[in-house]
Amino acid sequence: MVPILEVKNLRTQYKTESGLVKAVDGVSYYINEQEIVGVVGESGCGKSVTQLSVMRLINSPGEIVGGEILFEGQNLLQFKANGPEMRRIRGAKISMVFQEPMTSLNPVLTIGQQLIEILEVHLGMSRKNARQRVIEMLDLVGIPGASSRIDDYPHNFSGGMRQRVMIAMALLCNPKLIIADEPTTALDVTTQAQLFELMKSMVERFKSSLVIVTHNLGIVARYAHRIYIMYAGRIVEEGSCKEIFRNPRHPYTIGLLKSVPRLDDQEGKRLVPIEGMPPDLIQMPSTCAFLPRCSYSIEQCRVEPWPELRKVEGTKHYVRCYLKTEAWEQCRSHSATT
Amino acid sequence: MSMDSSGMIRAKSPRISELRRLIKVMCNRVVVVVGIGIIAFFILVAIFAPMLAAHDPLYTYLESILNPPSGIHPLGTDQVGRDVLSRLIYGTRISFLVGIFGVTIAGTLGMGLGLVAGYFGGWVNAIIMRCIDALLAIPPIVLMMAISAILGGGLFNVLIAIGFGMMPTYCRLMCAQVTVLKENDYILVLQTAGASSWRIMRHLFINAFPPLLVLITTNLGTAILMEAGLSFLGIGILPPTPSWGAMIYDGRRLLFSNPILSLAPGGAIMLIVLAFNIVGDGLRDALDPKLRGTL
Amino acid sequence: MLNYIIKRAVLTVVVLFIVSFITFSLIHILPGDPAAAMLGDQATMEEIEALRHELWLDRPFFVQYGHWLSNALQGDFGKSIMYRVPVSEIIAERLPVTLYLSFLSLILSTFIGIGAGIICAIRRGSLIDQIVSVVANAGVAVPIFWLGLLGIYVFGFTLEWLPLQGWTSPFDDFLKSSKQALMPVICLSVTGSSIITRQTRSSLLEVIRQDYIRTAWAKGMGEPRVVFKHALKNALIPVVTLVGLQLRVLVGGAVLTETVFNIPGMGRLLVDGALAKDFLIVQAGVLLIAVMVSLANLITDISHGWLDPRIRYD
Ligand SMILES: Nc1ncnc2c1ncn2[C@@H]1O[C@H](COP(=O)(O)OP(=O)(O)O)[C@@H](O)[C@H]1O
Ligand SMILES: [Mg+2]
Repeated sequence: MVPILEVKNLRTQYKTESGLVKAVDGVSYYINEQEIVGVVGESGCGKSVTQLSVMRLINSPGEIVGGEILFEGQNLLQFKANGPEMRRIRGAKISMVFQEPMTSLNPVLTIGQQLIEILEVHLGMSRKNARQRVIEMLDLVGIPGASSRIDDYPHNFSGGMRQRVMIAMALLCNPKLIIADEPTTALDVTTQAQLFELMKSMVERFKSSLVIVTHNLGIVARYAHRIYIMYAGRIVEEGSCKEIFRNPRHPYTIGLLKSVPRLDDQEGKRLVPIEGMPPDLIQMPSTCAFLPRCSYSIEQCRVEPWPELRKVEGTKHYVRCYLKTEAWEQCRSHSATT
Repeated sequence: MSMDSSGMIRAKSPRISELRRLIKVMCNRVVVVVGIGIIAFFILVAIFAPMLAAHDPLYTYLESILNPPSGIHPLGTDQVGRDVLSRLIYGTRISFLVGIFGVTIAGTLGMGLGLVAGYFGGWVNAIIMRCIDALLAIPPIVLMMAISAILGGGLFNVLIAIGFGMMPTYCRLMCAQVTVLKENDYILVLQTAGASSWRIMRHLFINAFPPLLVLITTNLGTAILMEAGLSFLGIGILPPTPSWGAMIYDGRRLLFSNPILSLAPGGAIMLIVLAFNIVGDGLRDALDPKLRGTL
Repeated sequence: MLNYIIKRAVLTVVVLFIVSFITFSLIHILPGDPAAAMLGDQATMEEIEALRHELWLDRPFFVQYGHWLSNALQGDFGKSIMYRVPVSEIIAERLPVTLYLSFLSLILSTFIGIGAGIICAIRRGSLIDQIVSVVANAGVAVPIFWLGLLGIYVFGFTLEWLPLQGWTSPFDDFLKSSKQALMPVICLSVTGSSIITRQTRSSLLEVIRQDYIRTAWAKGMGEPRVVFKHALKNALIPVVTLVGLQLRVLVGGAVLTETVFNIPGMGRLLVDGALAKDFLIVQAGVLLIAVMVSLANLITDISHGWLDPRIRYD
């Protein structure tokens, strides 16, 4: 099967006063049709920059300096960032739900004004038809009284409702791919669950693929088919959701799993945060970036450069770590006892 | 309480290192440095005016009226035989005087009222702000005309007019700042700890001050511009005191035969006001946390 | 929205009341006797007393104020000492001139300012941006009366393109009037357009960084739509405040410009009144100007409500 999105060796950098920030440094991944994929990592590890790069929404001082972004067989990097080709893709074939529901909607335009234009621009619909369609969509994502609320301004909606509006916005043109960048981080737990259920049912209904970006492994457990773990601008582990949860192989993933609450946790289990700080993306060592925080490192980790993403024998599981099978089994059991 | 909470406050207050950072950021930009240079130049001229001016700015050389520029009078003489360059040099003093005292009056009154309005809120705020709105409806030049209709011109009256004319902006800005700042945790800590209103207001003032610094800088120029306008109308600084605006007024009737009389002082005004504006802009950019690192 | 407008209007009336009080007390609280000031040094005590009586100056302060305010509300500002005709008649003659010039320059500076500001913001750092920024900086700093003199010297005297000064009503001779009005209007617009350019540029740059602009791009909208539909309305909110405040600056400018170009407008009237100590004219003029500025502020507030839905519901 040909993936609908394939990112190869993407590199995005920010020029800042204190130096060159390698926010995304050689990231490769793919999304299959109708697949739900999770991208997980601590904040600041480059998740958002990766997704914004795919949308070509990187602004100065940032710049995409290398790689390929293949979408429907075309390399998106060959287009001008705000050129007609990209404009035809954005919002129509790939759409995005952003993290901040409070600031991502324009405060001076009504919900209708912000949604109707999408249909007008991309599908050439008349205003009247577009309005009808928007009302249906708002209804579908669970906004009560959609036909009157369409003329309200964002500040009349609660955070959860605004995010529903954003989801409706993303679905309007029936896109191939929806990227949800921490869509529920700013919201309370109940609303989070509702929104994820909504997104799951919507992408199933519209036959879209979904990328869920989050720093919370627990969230993706229920929804994602496949998971990418990011650290310091790179992908450190990839595998199916089951694999990642049953047999996490990178010490960072293990750390992440220990630091999030799960529904099947036994009572009284302590959550353990990963010690230490994420690395400085300006001065990256050639060795493994997680090394300073890793408690299972071996001699090889300290002398040899960070390995590439490698397949684990006999599985569909990829990991970027020198630890051998026996070693990570040991470290998982070690973690179970503490 | 005082140790703990004041420690927190100190951490939030603009500190010496912050000041150094400001100066560093500003000095990184050539235009700002040029602006500072121009201001420094005019300050030196104002201080050393008696040494720099070759002639008494008030002395009338009756034998050399309206002389063209020459070795003795580099910018010539005016219609009563006074040396134009010397008057220009002494005019710097008037301009700085007006700038500094005008801003001091406006700043003290405006920031004081704004602080009180913002801190107490409610009715106090409503009353003060309505009065400020009313004052804002009367342009400074018009205010000055009302004053001069009764009292006539003169430095003191000019300062009152300029001070009251510029005051509303300080008041509004201060009030807005304080209204936001007083919800800050450290102010709430002070309040629960039972600090006096006076003490809290002092802390609020210190923290609200930096953005007002920009206003003060640019207003130094604005005040100079206003004084020039008033003097040009004949209701500002009274003759024969050498004020740039009054010099333009005097030279105006001789515009076609002797343009330098009115054009030279205008150039000086523009230069100094421009310098204050540039430095003010530089200061604002340096203070703006969102612009940090991009300059 | 209607609620909001009514609330604003009521506040404006309150402010106008305070304005009238300030205007009145300015003349009457300041140390100095308006009657004595009016009559000059040679006047006898009896003459001064007679004038004081005629002008109600010998009554208690609040009686005077009430008398003046109720007359003023009916359009009666007393009789000018300088011109010996009712103040309202002189003002009726002078006010349209100033309004005409100010209105033209308000429109001119708003258009130039917003247009130039948008161009600078979109093409940030380009040559155009840099040139406009320098010009706008200079425009804020230049004394406009001096600029007027420079204009008269260059375009009127040296090049002889435009008349030196003077005023003709546009209804009498439109062409001549336009020629005469050109330099004054430009002079009056310089400060305003510079300030508005700078504000538009900086607030548009600020808005362009916002999340909702990223959302607009992410929806696949083109640059014109992003700038004009999504960014501009937000960016104009602070600009509208500024345009409202411009009237205040404009009136100050009108006083100077009318003096430079010898135009018989309100500004000139006020200066002459102040110089001749004709306090009735000054009082009336200050009040009228303050009323106009307050009304401009009301319009500004209403535009704010229109631009920013969050305000309407406060
Ligand atoms: N506008 C910017 N300027 C400078 N650096 C940036 C900018 N945006 C992101 N970065 C850098 O890129 C890194 C990754 O950011 P991001 O992708 O937003 O993290 P997250 O994984 O939390 O979404 C951050 O550590 C930050 O240093
Ligand atoms: Mg992010």
